[in-house]
Amino acid sequence: MSYYEEDDLERFGEVGKHAPELFEKFMAWYKACQEEGALSKREKALIGLAVSVTIQCPYCIDAYTLSSMENGSNMEQMTEAMHLASAIRGGASLIHGIQSHNVHDKISM
Amino acid sequence: MTATAQIQITRRDGRSSFPVAPVSFEKTLIQNNLDLRTAEVEILQVNVGKLCNQACKHCHVDASPTRTEIMERKTIDACLAVLAKHEIPTLDITGGAPELIPDFRYFVTEVKKKTNAKIMVRHNLTVMFESGNEDLAEFFAENEVEVVCSLPYFMQQQTDAQRGDGVFEKSVEALKKLNAVGYGTGQSGLTLNLVYNPVGAFLPPEQTAIENDFKRELKQRYEIVFDNLYTITNMPIARYLDWLRRSGNEQSYMQKLVNSFNSTTAEGLMCRNTLSVDWLGNLYDCDFNQMLEIPVTEKVGQTIYDFSPETFIDREIMTNAHCFGCTAGSGSSCGGTVA
Repeated sequence: MSYYEEDDLERFGEVGKHAPELFEKFMAWYKACQEEGALSKREKALIGLAVSVTIQCPYCIDAYTLSSMENGSNMEQMTEAMHLASAIRGGASLIHGIQSHNVHDKISM
Repeated sequence: MTATAQIQITRRDGRSSFPVAPVSFEKTLIQNNLDLRTAEVEILQVNVGKLCNQACKHCHVDASPTRTEIMERKTIDACLAVLAKHEIPTLDITGGAPELIPDFRYFVTEVKKKTNAKIMVRHNLTVMFESGNEDLAEFFAENEVEVVCSLPYFMQQQTDAQRGDGVFEKSVEALKKLNAVGYGTGQSGLTLNLVYNPVGAFLPPEQTAIENDFKRELKQRYEIVFDNLYTITNMPIARYLDWLRRSGNEQSYMQKLVNSFNSTTAEGLMCRNTLSVDWLGNLYDCDFNQMLEIPVTEKVGQTIYDFSPETFIDREIMTNAHCFGCTAGSGSSCGGTVA
C-alpha cells in the first residue's frame, strides 16, 4: 500500500469534517483563485502545474495536468512550465552556494 | 418524459456498446426536473455512410476504409424530398467521409437546386487528396457549402495521435486550399468552421479561449484563417469507448462526465432540433443513438419515408448513459458548446 491513494483526491472534502468553517473559507479562496481574471484560466492552470511539480504533490499534479489539458495546453507548454519551476527551485539551491563561498573565504587564508 | 433505451448491443470484444455510468442519465434528468422532448426539426443530419479514408481513435461511427455501408440514390432522393417538402432550414451531411460515396455531389447539387436549405458538410480534410476529389474545395465553394472540418489541435503530434500518421500535414494543405477559394476569409460568405475534439480522456477547453489559440497559432504557423471553432466532447461509445477501456480510463471518464453534468445544457441539446438519418433511411434522435442502434420513439415513423413535422415535434428523446457526453460542462453538440 502506498501512502498516497489516487481515490483520496475525491475525498478532499472530508478534510473539512472537524473544522468546517475553516474549510469553507479555504475552498472559497481556492475556487476564487481558479477563476479567470487578469490571468486566463489556461495560464493559471499552468502555474498550478508548475507549483504542483515543485511541491511534489501527486494529487495536485494529477489535478493540474488534467486542468492544463482541459484548458487547451499541450505537453510542450506544460513541460516548459515545469522546467521553469524546476529551474527556479534549482537556482534557489544553487544560490546557497554563496553561503558556502562565504564560509570558505572566511576560514581560508 | 425521456425514455432509456433497452437495446443492448456488444462490441467486437463481447463487451457492451454502452459505457458504464455511476448513475442513470434518466434519473439525473428527473433529479434536475428536466423533461427532454424535441422542438421543431431544424436540422436534418444525414449520415451517408461509414466509409472513410481514415480510422480515427475517437470515432463514434467506427468509420474506416473497410466499411461498406453507403447511402443509395433512392434514400438520398427521399431525404431530398423531405427537405424540399417541409422546408427544413439546414441539411448537415456527415459520415464517414461523405465525399467518398458515389452520389455525394448529386446530393449537394440537387439540394442546392431544389431547396433553400443551408448545406453543411462534415469534412475530414484529408479526403480532398483522394482520387477524384482534387476539385473538392471549388465544388464546395460553387455550392456555397458550409464546411465543418475536423482538426483536434493546431500541432502535428496531437492531431496524428488521434487521426493517424500524416493527417496533420494533409489537413494543413487542405485548409490552405479552402482558404484559397475564399473559405474562412470573412469576405466571400463561405464559412469554414473547425471542430476540436480532446485528444484523450478529458473535457474540451472553453470554446472561445481555444478558438483564439487556434486562430493565433494557425495564422502564425501556416497563414490559415477560419471562422469558428466548435469544441465537441468525445462520446464514450464505439472506437472511443474501446480506447477508454484499453487505456483504463472508462470509469474515471464517465465519473468526470457525471460530475460535470450541467442542467443548463438541456435546452440547447442538438437532439431537440436535429433529426438523424442513417444510410438506410432509418431515423434517430442523434448520430450517437444511430451508432448505438437506438431508433426514435416507436410512437413516430421509423424511416425518412414516414417523416412528418407534426408527429415528430414534442416527441420523447431516447437516452442512455452516453448522453452524459452532451451535458457535461458547457455541453456539446455538432455545433459546439450549448451552455
